[in-house]
Amino acid sequence: MRQFKSFVKKEFLQIFRDRRTLLILLAMPLVLVMALGYAIKTELNNARMAVFDASKDARTLRIKEAFRASKWFTIVEEAPTMARIDELFSRGEISMALVFGPDFAATMGKPAGETAIQVIADGTDPNQAAMLTAYAQGVMATATGAGGGIGIHTRMLYNPQQKSSYNFVPGVMGLVLMLICAMMTSVAIVREKETGTMEVLLASPMKPLHIILSKMAPYFTLSVVNIVTVLLLAVFVMGVPIRGSIAWLSVASVLFIVVALALGLLISTLVDRQMSALLVSGIGLMMPTLVFSGLIFPIENMPAALRWISDIIPARWYISAVRKIMIEGTGPESFAKELCIIALMAVVLMAAAMKKFKVRLC
Amino acid sequence: MSRHSVVVDHIAKSYGRVKAVGNLSLDVGRGELFGIIGPDGAGKTTLFRILATLMLPDSGRATVGGLDVVADYRAVRGIIGYMPGRFSLYPDLTVEENLEFFATVFGTTVEANRHLVDDIYRQIEPFRKRPAGKLSGGMKQKLALSCALIHKPEVLLLDEPTTGVDPVSRKEFWAMLLKLRNEGITILVSTPYMDEATLCDRIALVKDGSLLGTDTPGGIVGRYPTALYAVRSADMHRLMADLAGYTGAASAFSFGDTFHVTLAPGTAPADLQSHLAALGHKAVCIEQTAPTVEDCFMLLSKKEE
Repeated sequence: MRQFKSFVKKEFLQIFRDRRTLLILLAMPLVLVMALGYAIKTELNNARMAVFDASKDARTLRIKEAFRASKWFTIVEEAPTMARIDELFSRGEISMALVFGPDFAATMGKPAGETAIQVIADGTDPNQAAMLTAYAQGVMATATGAGGGIGIHTRMLYNPQQKSSYNFVPGVMGLVLMLICAMMTSVAIVREKETGTMEVLLASPMKPLHIILSKMAPYFTLSVVNIVTVLLLAVFVMGVPIRGSIAWLSVASVLFIVVALALGLLISTLVDRQMSALLVSGIGLMMPTLVFSGLIFPIENMPAALRWISDIIPARWYISAVRKIMIEGTGPESFAKELCIIALMAVVLMAAAMKKFKVRLC
Repeated sequence: MSRHSVVVDHIAKSYGRVKAVGNLSLDVGRGELFGIIGPDGAGKTTLFRILATLMLPDSGRATVGGLDVVADYRAVRGIIGYMPGRFSLYPDLTVEENLEFFATVFGTTVEANRHLVDDIYRQIEPFRKRPAGKLSGGMKQKLALSCALIHKPEVLLLDEPTTGVDPVSRKEFWAMLLKLRNEGITILVSTPYMDEATLCDRIALVKDGSLLGTDTPGGIVGRYPTALYAVRSADMHRLMADLAGYTGAASAFSFGDTFHVTLAPGTAPADLQSHLAALGHKAVCIEQTAPTVEDCFMLLSKKEE
């Protein structure tokens, strides 16, 4: 126990003495939350659109009014012909067009696909397009009192203001924890190899398991601090609510930290240089986390093969659980699957890392 | 309890196709100051790492304090103090913090074994608030020795502790080792410096992973088979080439500011003198000299080839 304490103390001394690392550890979560939460906004603001209305009746008028009134869209033109719509698109003046067929009113009650209404979106940016159509459906749903699709219901329910920060905060938490825990743990352990101190530690009576645990403890602590700061920032600065149980949120976070720590440890057993540790955790963890966790690209839109990859990304499950706990505020039964998967990953990765940890130099 | 503190029994270790240690055997007595002498790449570090339980030998076995370095590696780690060849302390921790950290890692305190390291530590104490990375080479090694000693190990494994250290610090360092030996600690030390060999109780000369010979420094030197001459002339550069080209010289290598030369059977120093004079060398000086460990090493490694 005294060994452990002394080791942890030493680790903290090193962290606090290395200003650069300390800055990264403390500032990175804040910067990431700010950057992803504010700068990369995915919410719409006055998207330019055009309308081609072949019906021109009371119903289409009402829908058009709804679009005009909405702060998400601006109708720049009522196109006289479909050709004009094409022209506007090709000139890049609009990113979406709303087309009413001549018999729109008659088809209104029919299921989607048979109604005489069409939403055309600029597919150059598929995410933007998907969002535009989703928002458009939302606007229409409120204007007509009829649902345009199923997707909008969930979205509107949990994020009525369509705030992207709601979706980003859980994502950023997953990313930041992955980064701090995995990257910092792997770098810290590999640094011992680089300075040669690992050689001395291994030749000491200290149990390898204790070396691992005392190496992880400080980063575990820091990660908990980071969760708290990110959450405070989310709640008080960005106005994201915590609707569900904070206890469950903590459970999920702690489990996820263990997964990230184990990944960091695993990386540290594979490389011998701090640079390679950074690269492996950067490319090997950061990129997949960004791309496959649902943080930026919706998992539902991915081809099956990529969805399978996303299934093995720990952050995907954590982010999903956090969304459910924080934003949806649902009970444990809704995120039990996510928690179980994270716990399983934690156990497997930890076991693998312990097994791979060398008690000798080679 | 065995009389031997460290036993190396036909140890071999290769890295891929490169042989580091080949079938090496030696015994180190309890409380002995034992030197492993050999040039860089002789396999000294590999041998130390095997003894420090940090590497597995390909074949053979070794014991430290009667404990097998493979099977009982955990127990071995409790009784050794290991100082790797390269500086292996925390450069961002102060002298004091390093010592305290290693003391606790080994389950003891600085106070408990202060007397062991006192002599050494007193020299670095003025710098105790300085980060270890900012110490001079000699100070670093003294701190590393203190850290390896702080838990009062039975066996001290020092891998090239004086490499890159200035001559004065080297001398001080060896004075400390002799003192520790007198405390009853078995010390296994490696060095590429032949002059340090004479300070050991016994030495093993190694080259390319093989043992050239084991004996006391006096014993090794005493077995030098022929007369050895120190040769000098005004033009040392040319002298080297001329000695190498002279069939009457069995061996010649540079030693400080002279050449150490052994003569082929039937050749007398006078023959060499006249040969060199005939080649136009001025101020030729040939004196018989006592062989050193280095001479023995050169002779033995030549034989090996």
